[in-house]
Amino acid sequence: MARINLDHIRHAYGVRLSAPDDYALKEVHHEWDDGGAYALLGPSGCGKTTLLNIISGLVQPSEGRILFDGEDVTNLPTQERNIAQVFQFPVIYDTMTVYDNLAFPLRNRKVPEPEVDRRVREIIEMIGLSDWAKKKAQGLTADQKQKISLGRGLVRSDVSAILFDEPLTVIDPHMKWVLRSQLKRLHKQFGFTMVYVTHDQTEALTFADKVVVMYDGEIVQIGTPAELFEKPKHTFVGYFIGSPGMNVIPARIDGRTVEMGGQTIDLGFAPKIASGARTELGIRPEFIRLGRVGMPVTISKVEDIGRQKIVRAQFADKPIAIVVHEDGEIPSEPRVTFDQASINIYADSWRVGGEA
Amino acid sequence: MQKTWNNKAWFMVLPVLVLVAFSAVIPLMTVVNYSVQDTFGNNEFFWAGTEWFTEVLESARFWDALQRNLFFSGVILAIEIPLGIFIALNMPKKGLGVPFCLVFMALPLLIPWNVVGTIWQLLSRADIGLVGYSLARLGIPFNYASDPLHAWITVVVMDVWHWTSLVVLLAYAGLVSIPDSYYQATKIDGASRWAVFRYIQLPKLKRVLLIAVLLRFMDSFMIYTEPFVVTGGGPGSATTFLSIDLVKIAVGQFDLGPAAAMSIIYFLIVLLLSWVFYTVMTSSDAAN
Amino acid sequence: MLELNGITKVDGADTHIHPTNLILERGTLNVLLGPTLSGKTSLMRLMAGLDKPTSGTIRFDGKDVTGVPVQQRGVAMVYQQFINYPAFTVYENIASPMRIAGKDKATIDREVRKAAEILKLTPYLDRMPLSLSGGQQQRTALARAIVKNAALVLLDEPLANLDYKLREELREELPKIFAASGAIFVYATTEPSEALLLGGNTATLSHGSITQFGKTIDVYRNPVDLFSARTFADPPLNVIGLTKKGSGFFSGSDTVLAVPPHLADIPDGFCTIAFQPHHLSLHRPHATASAVQARTIISEIAGSESFIHVAFGEHRWVMLVHGIHDIDADTDVGLFVDTRHLMAFGADGRAIAGYSQKAA
Repeated sequence: MARINLDHIRHAYGVRLSAPDDYALKEVHHEWDDGGAYALLGPSGCGKTTLLNIISGLVQPSEGRILFDGEDVTNLPTQERNIAQVFQFPVIYDTMTVYDNLAFPLRNRKVPEPEVDRRVREIIEMIGLSDWAKKKAQGLTADQKQKISLGRGLVRSDVSAILFDEPLTVIDPHMKWVLRSQLKRLHKQFGFTMVYVTHDQTEALTFADKVVVMYDGEIVQIGTPAELFEKPKHTFVGYFIGSPGMNVIPARIDGRTVEMGGQTIDLGFAPKIASGARTELGIRPEFIRLGRVGMPVTISKVEDIGRQKIVRAQFADKPIAIVVHEDGEIPSEPRVTFDQASINIYADSWRVGGEA
Repeated sequence: MQKTWNNKAWFMVLPVLVLVAFSAVIPLMTVVNYSVQDTFGNNEFFWAGTEWFTEVLESARFWDALQRNLFFSGVILAIEIPLGIFIALNMPKKGLGVPFCLVFMALPLLIPWNVVGTIWQLLSRADIGLVGYSLARLGIPFNYASDPLHAWITVVVMDVWHWTSLVVLLAYAGLVSIPDSYYQATKIDGASRWAVFRYIQLPKLKRVLLIAVLLRFMDSFMIYTEPFVVTGGGPGSATTFLSIDLVKIAVGQFDLGPAAAMSIIYFLIVLLLSWVFYTVMTSSDAAN
Repeated sequence: MLELNGITKVDGADTHIHPTNLILERGTLNVLLGPTLSGKTSLMRLMAGLDKPTSGTIRFDGKDVTGVPVQQRGVAMVYQQFINYPAFTVYENIASPMRIAGKDKATIDREVRKAAEILKLTPYLDRMPLSLSGGQQQRTALARAIVKNAALVLLDEPLANLDYKLREELREELPKIFAASGAIFVYATTEPSEALLLGGNTATLSHGSITQFGKTIDVYRNPVDLFSARTFADPPLNVIGLTKKGSGFFSGSDTVLAVPPHLADIPDGFCTIAFQPHHLSLHRPHATASAVQARTIISEIAGSESFIHVAFGEHRWVMLVHGIHDIDADTDVGLFVDTRHLMAFGADGRAIAGYSQKAA
């Protein structure tokens, strides 16, 4: 396992260009801990797969260096980087048995056969394919094939890092739960450095210790799931994490108070805002209390999604979402209060703190 | 399950069925007709039963020609398939080289059979041909007209030159359709170049190779024009394949009955062997 | 109205669809929910007329359409893959069904612009589909389905290949689009949360059979069998086999759960008890909740809530709790099961008594 350093990495596909916007991946400069579980989260085209491929060596960065445990591997090909990777769609060796598929990366590296057998048996047990060990991989279903791909990624115990590129895309929802928690357990048990690319926030948050949110070729925030949820650094993170995303309401800040469409709230702190900045208030649907006290709202729709209700409403002439518990009631003259501790203030889309 | 169901679809394929009937079924029936009757011209026919078939099957000449055919097809497949795959593997997958290579590879396929024959006949002549002359200068008296081995080499080289491109193009099409992630995965798994070929490329090429083998087998088994142009079946009967012999009997000796019987046997052999190839090559799919 | 009367689809030795009856009303959104290979696509192909049922009849607005091929039915279909004409602009793509129908130019232009407006495609009308993002490509396919003005619109996992957030947006827009037209919409998905967000009606599918059909939220709250309950649980349903004796559910001689009032009348004996992950909690949610001891396996944190996987005896359960709870693995924890929401199923998997009536 290894610590990964991304040293001023930038990447542009095709010709090298000078303007910062020409880069598919804008400057990335970070250190990722040995044994950490990282998720790269963002919409398609945000550069997350490019970054993953730079780490695996399938793509050479236009600028910058990449180091594993301090050793520069920028110019090393994939084979020599000692990593494992699982792809979005299953990659299996059709003509081999399930067992041989899993043994393949080990045998290629001349691991002694008893050790191969021990590892393969362990992994095959974990992915639940013991009964299929002697079967040709060809006839299996898509999710069984993907389990083999996952297994091949996990079978080597000496890798610097294991990379996952949206590995659960082809897996049925129920199986996703099982595989995801198994991956997480493996991580806890063996302390692999894992990097997991996904556009699915649930996968990213549940899998990772640290989630790297990317947008338009840039890392917008790196944080624990709790940090991303409670204190999104950018309104994009607020929108992208959480379902529904954070409500972002244009607001006027005056010292410790905030004013939205005639409603004022005490913030409990005074945000430091540069003059002329566009200011907004961010509040998650989970932190708005719907009841008979507070500021008036007009409810436009209630979506009952089983364990909770999503209330769509108009507040200060802006649409907002409110999450109400399964058994929560919806008053006829609805009013809302915002949980003060959960309010975030944004200036030009970036979160601002204040003097405590 | 994915079949779309529509009764009218049959009308769409009707023209093809009619065409096939006229181009294949009716001529074939004529041949069957000839094979069981005797004629001395002027449209008089006598029932001959299986007489012609017995005659053909009992003649050493037929079995010799058949052996030559089988040997020839075997040699052709053994050379063209691996060579074709090898060339396809080494062709560029992207960039300007791709169209250039493809056109270059397709060139031999565009040349008519008899021209191929003529080209190689000229090339291998010791007096005026580049190849024949060069060999002669190197002290190898190359003469396909008198040496059976030389005649064979000429015919084989000619076919390889003419048809390997087909295998190359088919294999190339198969190779470029393999998703990139497979190659990436093999790199990560630390697979050798040979392992990539053995476990990724070859299995993924299986279907196109099946088509290539079938096409090359059927075509080489029915070889006629090239040996006819170059060697005329000689020296002696060294390159007298079934097709050449057939024409000799039918056109040369005008023995329509035996020729027709031989055609049918020939046809059945091609059909049988093609079926055997197909079954053998697809059997591993079914076993799964 | 689309009526399927005892239709089946058998292909050689494989039965894709077992005898199925289903009535879908005009102007409704109907979700087919089930795992991969449960028969969602097969059923859609039968509805569309792409396949002919092996037996049974299909009626549309009272008229028998059982053998009528797809070309002669007013059907529009959207697939998981983004299928557009690559050589046409977005405008021409959307216009294509109307051009085939021989509509006049003015109508076509009006309809295309209207659909483009609804699906936020107006700025891209002159672009080629392949130069657009996946979400925009799928919007183009959806717009084409809308302008066709078909009486039956089939959507086969249309959002599966899109980003999570895009899915969320389109999911919100789709019901609005559906509501505006009077067509029957059929929407196949593998994800329970998608069905719940779309609302409408849901049919749960298993191995080529519809196990339940009704209003989405009713199917969620009152599953008729264990299969429907499982299909509709995300995270997976918590299940345990117990024996009812008087006022308790027993495992051997130990009382595990108290019998709640809504299950008081079921006969004593063995049954399968199931409950949703959010009805398992760290704090007593209600005075009648039953306390259980479990051992943690792993904790997953998803922003506002945590999923804690626990082992209760040989059973594996998932607990969904609000807030962030990162409990170490292999810790003994005291949990509470909200018995007001228990479901009970018999040996045949059928529900013995309904789920919490109060919540519905």
